[in-house]
Amino acid sequence: MPNETRRGFLWMIGAGLALAATPARALDTAQASALVQKSLDEVYAVINSSQPPAQMYKAFEAIFARYADVDIIARSALGPAARQASAAEFAAYKTAFQGYIGRKYGKRFREFVGSKIEVTGARPVKSFFAVTSVAYLKGRSPMEVEWHVSDKSGQSKYFNIIIEGVNMLASERAEISAMLARRKGDMAGLTQDLQQAG
Amino acid sequence: MIILPFAIVAGLAACSAPTGPEGINDPYESMNRRVHEFNRNLDAKVVKPATSGLSSGSKDGKRGPASYALEGVGNFGSNLAQPGKAVNHLLQGRPEPAVKTTFRFLVNSTLGLAGFLDPATADFALPEQDTDFGATLAAWGVPEGAYLELPVLGPSTTRDTTGRVVDLVIDPMHLVLDLDEWLIGLGARVVAKAGERARFGDTVDSVLHESADSYAQTRLIWLQHRRHELGEEGEEIDPYAE
Repeated sequence: MPNETRRGFLWMIGAGLALAATPARALDTAQASALVQKSLDEVYAVINSSQPPAQMYKAFEAIFARYADVDIIARSALGPAARQASAAEFAAYKTAFQGYIGRKYGKRFREFVGSKIEVTGARPVKSFFAVTSVAYLKGRSPMEVEWHVSDKSGQSKYFNIIIEGVNMLASERAEISAMLARRKGDMAGLTQDLQQAG
Repeated sequence: MIILPFAIVAGLAACSAPTGPEGINDPYESMNRRVHEFNRNLDAKVVKPATSGLSSGSKDGKRGPASYALEGVGNFGSNLAQPGKAVNHLLQGRPEPAVKTTFRFLVNSTLGLAGFLDPATADFALPEQDTDFGATLAAWGVPEGAYLELPVLGPSTTRDTTGRVVDLVIDPMHLVLDLDEWLIGLGARVVAKAGERARFGDTVDSVLHESADSYAQTRLIWLQHRRHELGEEGEEIDPYAE
């Protein structure tokens, strides 16, 4: 009997701890999902607004700047060269990079007319959160889209998007390093090319 | 015939090499890059012009008759591939998709008018569950091997290239079709691929013709997608920890 009581008591402590721990986690996953949902709503508002493409790309760029951690994405895409660049060089590169992303991914978004994306869940990974969603595009099988959200910058922002396993950060790392190699490591040249690219 | 797969597993397992940055193992890069240039030219000069009128999602959302015809031929080719996929599901120890794939084949071969239509997806909740012998080798624990870009066929690995060859040999359709009929089915699958090129046109263009290093982009995107299909993804990137 005493044994059982003790087990019951321990179980209650365990349950109490679990309950105490859940709200914090749940809040974070909920926050991460809400961030993705909000940015998606804004993207769809632009997609369905039928503005001219150039204006759309500007609008996408603004959404990207608001919800994504552009600094860490630009830094990570640049790789080791980010450490050697001066503050001014990096700032100019970052601005060009942001416009390039707006145009490059904005062109892809045009295929999203008449589609919808549903946020399906969120889970903690390492030091951040992965928000999962499914994109339903006309005439295609549903696509898994995963968003990685972190508050390491001081604000909750996403820093990576993975579509059916294809990782935006890894893909931009390869692309930016190829562009930098083409300019033989010259940051100003890379920035110039980025202003035209996408 | 039964010995063959095991010999392949032993052979492939022996030649797994260390992988480079981003988990890419590409010892044949210089040869692959030459093949890539060939494929890129082929796409620009032949495939893209030939498929540009076939896109199913035109700007006003309307579809031309060519796009329906293409879809029918693509369905026909893909239907003939279903028995081979059922065999692979079985070889991977997954009886449920094997059974569903078999039913899918039976439904589309009869109600779907020899496979030109796809009522299995539309009315029977039996969508295609894609697999191949490359996936079977992965399920058996054979490592991915080296990256390869094949002429015309595009990105692959030594494991997947072996899988493609084995798939052609073990296809159960050999039992019911003679070689000419079987080749027609294979041709229909090529048409289905052309349809995909048309449908994903803008995306293919941006990777193949607008990237600074289209070889590296193609290799990375293809490997990541294939690993995702096979459940072999690497670690998530945490740029804050670098």
